[in-house]
Amino acid sequence: MAIVTAEHHEAHPKGVSRWLFSTNHKDIGTLYLWLSFVMFIVAGTMAMVIRSELFQPGLQVTNPHFYNQLITLHGLIMIFGAVMPAFVGLANWQLPLMIGAPDMALPRLNNWSFWILPFAFTLMLSSVFLQDDGGGPATGWTMYPPLSVQGGIGVDFTILSIHMAGISSVLGAINVIATVLNMRAPGMTLMKMPLFAWTWLITAFLLLGAMPVLAGAVTMLLTDRHFGTAFFNAAGGGDPLLFQHVFWFFGHPEVYIMILPAFGVISQVIPTFSRKPLFGYNSMVYATASIAFLSHVVWAHHMFTAGLLLVSELFFMYATMLIAVPTGVKIFNWIATMWRGSLTFETPMLFAIAFLLLFTIGGLSGLMVAIVPADFQYHDSYFVVAHFHYVLVTGAVLAIFAAVYYWLPKWTGHMYNERLGRLHFWLTMIGMNLTFFPMHFLGLAGMQRRVPDYALQFTDFNQWATVGVFVQALGHLVFIYVLFQTIRGGKKAGARVWDGAEGLEWTLPSPPPYHSFTTPPVVK
Amino acid sequence: MAVRRLAGRYRGSASAAQCAAVRASIAAATLAPTTALAAYKMNLPTPVTPIGQRILDLHNLILWICAIIFLLVFGAIFYSIIAHRRRPGVQPAMFHDNVQLEALWTIVPFLILVGMAIPSTATLIDMADVRGSKMTVHAIGYQWRWHYEYPEHEIGYLSTLATPREQVANLASKNEHYLLEVDNPLVLPTGVKVRLILTSSDVIHAWWVPALGIKADAVPGFIREVWTRIDEPGTYRGVCAEFCGRDHAFMPIVVQAVTPEEFERWIAGRKKQVAAAAAEAEKTWSRDDLMERGKQVYQQICAACHGPDGKGTPGAFPPVAGSAVAKGPLSEHIASVLKGRNTGKFPAPMPPFGQQLGDVDVAAVVTFERNSFGNKAGDMVQPAQVKSAR
Repeated sequence: MAIVTAEHHEAHPKGVSRWLFSTNHKDIGTLYLWLSFVMFIVAGTMAMVIRSELFQPGLQVTNPHFYNQLITLHGLIMIFGAVMPAFVGLANWQLPLMIGAPDMALPRLNNWSFWILPFAFTLMLSSVFLQDDGGGPATGWTMYPPLSVQGGIGVDFTILSIHMAGISSVLGAINVIATVLNMRAPGMTLMKMPLFAWTWLITAFLLLGAMPVLAGAVTMLLTDRHFGTAFFNAAGGGDPLLFQHVFWFFGHPEVYIMILPAFGVISQVIPTFSRKPLFGYNSMVYATASIAFLSHVVWAHHMFTAGLLLVSELFFMYATMLIAVPTGVKIFNWIATMWRGSLTFETPMLFAIAFLLLFTIGGLSGLMVAIVPADFQYHDSYFVVAHFHYVLVTGAVLAIFAAVYYWLPKWTGHMYNERLGRLHFWLTMIGMNLTFFPMHFLGLAGMQRRVPDYALQFTDFNQWATVGVFVQALGHLVFIYVLFQTIRGGKKAGARVWDGAEGLEWTLPSPPPYHSFTTPPVVK
Repeated sequence: MAVRRLAGRYRGSASAAQCAAVRASIAAATLAPTTALAAYKMNLPTPVTPIGQRILDLHNLILWICAIIFLLVFGAIFYSIIAHRRRPGVQPAMFHDNVQLEALWTIVPFLILVGMAIPSTATLIDMADVRGSKMTVHAIGYQWRWHYEYPEHEIGYLSTLATPREQVANLASKNEHYLLEVDNPLVLPTGVKVRLILTSSDVIHAWWVPALGIKADAVPGFIREVWTRIDEPGTYRGVCAEFCGRDHAFMPIVVQAVTPEEFERWIAGRKKQVAAAAAEAEKTWSRDDLMERGKQVYQQICAACHGPDGKGTPGAFPPVAGSAVAKGPLSEHIASVLKGRNTGKFPAPMPPFGQQLGDVDVAAVVTFERNSFGNKAGDMVQPAQVKSAR
């Protein structure tokens, strides 16, 4: 038995079967990260078409129906295809390394939860090629009925693919919880875990709470569309707003599913390049947990204009404003970590500092949209588009870039090209701000979201935004080059890649052995 | 006044038949881009209602608080970037906790939030208070136009985008109020508390006029109310804010606020039009008149889906040219327009237009469709036939 086990463990599958049948956390992590990057490019290309259409008033590039498919798929693919799998990929690679485990707790489940995803997104995207049956979903990523009940075959494809992506997320979350709770190295109590493990543990519980609710919402939508139910049809005794309540009961925790792991990444990167321990570890953990709790009781702030009762609006306004307190604690703790440190500015740190500044902008505009009377002006305008791109793109996506540059030498065993990394950073920085900052002004001036055409006075800022998105694209071309260059070769990276880095992953060689920790390290 | 002009591109002049005038004037169309580009609008438009003013004050207050917080955060980050960068021989500090400091930056933000919540709550409570309204207006959302009703005066009409489709397709130069102009604006008296009742006939829409400080969803099957009191006469422009499908970008809102005296005159004029329309429906129409009226109605209502040339959109909307309905029995054609049609072959069913269109309009458009785009049914419909088909 022992011999068989050893043999099984030493056999590294080669070629396609290495990836198809992999139960190895590093290989699966790599698959997740590549899938995420491909989806990022697909949805980013859609953004470029969208912004090209918006370069001038009038219709130039698309027609309104196709434009609506693009904005819907851009949102769905970026959320479910790019940001979420990227963080699952990071969790796969890093959690066993950071808590001193040989692999994830449930390796075969891990394989399955990845391999559902390519099929889910192939299904969703394939509807675009069925233009004669209505094409892709053209409902907005929120899929509000009755509009989504009217929609074509793309809505059904999307519902099924959301079910698949949801199963994948739930399985991934179960795996993370099982790993973090059971496989920590001896001596690593919960309150000694790296913050990335903490934020992912809490995220996993959010996933378990949120994804089944989304599955319920889209299932009701499916039966309303095809099987004669009337959950969301007032004429049949239903309520269109019921969908919005159920959807956002998923949707708001989802926002934190995408940002809590980012908080974890930033909490690893900033101490490393400040050469100073993270300030307020305990309050970071408590802040993360309170954000996760509050995220379940603020959903209706997405529906302030839908006609809620006055008392509901007041409750959801106060609850939403409260989230600013733990979020503020996190920002202040990161600044205090940098304070009187010994700072250097390698690419991961540049991305982390940019996250700190720009996520703060997104957080503050989030506070503004929490104020109900003012939100009556912001809601469904470009101000909101600016807000959620500042938290998701200059928040979550920048944190993913920080994480990739931070751990890439560990994964590949090679140092990336620092100059090109900085070039990528600055192009991204200029591009993102040029794209998203003018959107605040557009929204305040009265431009609504999800339109392929607009009134003349909005032209200038739209043109800035369009130029910005192409600058971002240039930055990402540099990133692709850096990635391939680093994977293929480069200066050898040592075990402890960064001189300020603390944690178990830096005790293993770069790249780490196939089974990360075969004997558990002891944490004092 | 100059400030207002700069800040408020949504506000036009108070001149009455403004939409029509602008549309007619080529000079205005050529002037428009320069004036539009001159004013970079970066903040909320100048409000013309008490609630709008309070929203603006609240917005400015929060904006300033956020700006100050951002500058503090920004300053602290940049100070440590500059002052605490790595220097030879300087060791980093090793502190990692400070209970007093952490308590401070938990409690102070909380107190700031309480300070923001108090005026917000007061404003919100006043916004929800529709008591004491002097008149009621219904706004019903349709894909993709608004239907306004004045129940006290028994008046109702459609309000549809007035920008010609050629401008959207870049075949003509764009008007000053491109996409923000309608054929029949909502007319409201100044200084009167008006209750606006919103609902929808198909999907969710939202009625948003920034200068009034109103954005409210119109949900099918549900009724909700908001109120406004406009203090200054003028034209205020807005849009449908809730994503409602293909022509979401093309269902603007125009509110024309006039003095109560002018409003009475306008109501009287509208009532005369209603009486005239009733008389029109009684008389027997000539074929040429029906065709001419039908062409107008078609371009205004039907062309959005079936196309200005009657060819429809492949996969989305069926053509009128050569369609079985336009060639088939008259009664079925009339019923399709009045009650809608759902063959299941297309993603969206055809909505009913019975509530939106009068007998004359239905008769005219059916006649037009049966005898245009190569269709040669040869027959015609009188308003009386439509009336009996309802």
